[in-house]
Amino acid sequence: MRVPGVAGVARAAAFVLLVAFLIWPQRFAPLFAPLTQYGAPPIYDQGNLLTLALAQLGTVCCAALASTVVAVGLGILVTRPSGAEFLPLSRTLVNIGQTFPPVAVLAVAVPLVGFGLKPTLIALFAYGLLPIFENTLVGLRTCPPAVLEAASGMGMSARQRLMSVELPLAMPLILEGIRVSLVISVGTATIGSTVAAKGLGEVIIAGLLSNNSAFILQGALVTGLMAVLLYGSLAGLERRFCRTVRTD
Amino acid sequence: MITIENLTKCYGAATVVDGVSMQIPRNSLTVIVGTSGSGKSTLLRMVNRLVEPTSGRVLLDGSDTRAQPPHLLRRRIGYAIQGHGLFPHRTVAENIATVPRLLGWDAARIAARVSELLEAFALEPAAFAGQFPHQLSGGQQQRVGVARALAAGPQLLLMDEPFGALDPIIRAKAQDDLLDIRRRFGTTIVLVTHDMDEAFRLGDHVAVMSGGRMLQYGPPAELLTRPADPLVSRMTGLADRAMRLLSLSTAGEAALPGTVDGPEVAASATLRDVLSELMWRGVDAARVTDANGTARGHLTVAAILARGRP
Ligand SMILES: Nc1ncnc2c1ncn2[C@@H]1O[C@H](COP(=O)(O)OP(=O)(O)O)[C@@H](O)[C@H]1O
Ligand SMILES: [Mg+2]
Repeated sequence: MRVPGVAGVARAAAFVLLVAFLIWPQRFAPLFAPLTQYGAPPIYDQGNLLTLALAQLGTVCCAALASTVVAVGLGILVTRPSGAEFLPLSRTLVNIGQTFPPVAVLAVAVPLVGFGLKPTLIALFAYGLLPIFENTLVGLRTCPPAVLEAASGMGMSARQRLMSVELPLAMPLILEGIRVSLVISVGTATIGSTVAAKGLGEVIIAGLLSNNSAFILQGALVTGLMAVLLYGSLAGLERRFCRTVRTD
Repeated sequence: MITIENLTKCYGAATVVDGVSMQIPRNSLTVIVGTSGSGKSTLLRMVNRLVEPTSGRVLLDGSDTRAQPPHLLRRRIGYAIQGHGLFPHRTVAENIATVPRLLGWDAARIAARVSELLEAFALEPAAFAGQFPHQLSGGQQQRVGVARALAAGPQLLLMDEPFGALDPIIRAKAQDDLLDIRRRFGTTIVLVTHDMDEAFRLGDHVAVMSGGRMLQYGPPAELLTRPADPLVSRMTGLADRAMRLLSLSTAGEAALPGTVDGPEVAASATLRDVLSELMWRGVDAARVTDANGTARGHLTVAAILARGRP
């Protein structure tokens, strides 16, 4: 048995705390009560926190999945000899996705696809492309040339070389890109509530509207804990699945 | 076995391989030697079509290499390169199994072949099969690289500066191993190097390249005794050409009939080594015996010196 380190213990504690709060939020009422005024409810009461958190997580994962497919696909395309000419164009598109604020994307998307989940997914998708794309690019480009030459020299087809050599070698970097993208997304997803997507943004907005700091803090804390836990657990997954060792 | 016909490769205006033709016999060990940038690697890579020729063609056992898709051609030809190019995310056994897997061998056959090769390269299967390349020494990595190239039993093995990254002692060992492996598997080998000593040590045919052209191609002794171009004698070295020539024959080949009083030398020793031994001992004749101790005749300093002349 591997002994978990300090970080592991802290992560486990944060996870237990988060789950407990989402399942039995009322038990935490005394903690939040000092933040409320005039007898306002200390715990968000206009919806189920667990449902909202899961909805947000679901939105983020869908968007990240789409970003991953597109960004990794583009990264593969532009590192093939036949696709090299698309590199500048892809870079520009992905960079626009990152520099265009998600709020602005929502503003543009709502008239086109209506309110709700769809504009949020579009905004998160666009925002999450860059880290995955850039990491895929670096990962594929830094495969040692001798290894690639050997792969071709052994008789792997271009596709076999990509699947069994290039992608496995690039995988740690790609996963890191996905991780960064996911974590940014979890936080950004709260703005989806401004266009009526289900999520923890609802709690924060409710707090802002009714001047209830307890709500704001709850929404922010749950979002933050989800981001931190996601980051940590994905890092663990990476270490487990990537036995890759880059020697040169 | 390999026929290279008028092979040329141009990159833009630069002609890096210029009209090379050669016949490489089956079971030979042919060394292509030349300075850096002379086009050796490009020539070698046109044999397995990692580089497509601008003009000319390559025949393997009479059939044009363009007759099948390049990746299928390459599965029939071993390829080992400088710095080995092992897959860092795969174990030694998985690395060696690369081509057999591509060829769709069944698992039992692959496992048996991997063990056989590890043993042939003095790598204990139980200890090494599951290791990753970064856990091995440079010499071991290089051996795994050659084992991987031989895994599917290719008739032809191409090697591009395979020992270039090794230090001198390990390199000498690797060269000896290559000669053993060649005897054992009967593979035709074409090896590229910029090291003339390596070329003379390994090659039974040596091709000298310069500026994309093949200056001379023949048995190593011929390069010394009948250089086709002044550049060839410059590259093989004028100062020690007599000693080089002596290092190409063995005592067994040069032995004279009859016996003499004197030290015993092995029939497999080169004349260069025998001469050195005689000088060291201050005598002028030696008895030649083979590995079983059977007398094979004798050698004198005068006879050896006569062999160092063209
Ligand atoms: N893909 C390429 N594009 C342009 N020039 C190349 C390419 N490959 C090799 N060359 C040039 O061809 C010449 C011969 O290269 P190479 O065959 O690798 O030489 P060697 O193996 O003898 O050192 C060099 O000058 C090199 O710069
Ligand atoms: Mg070279």
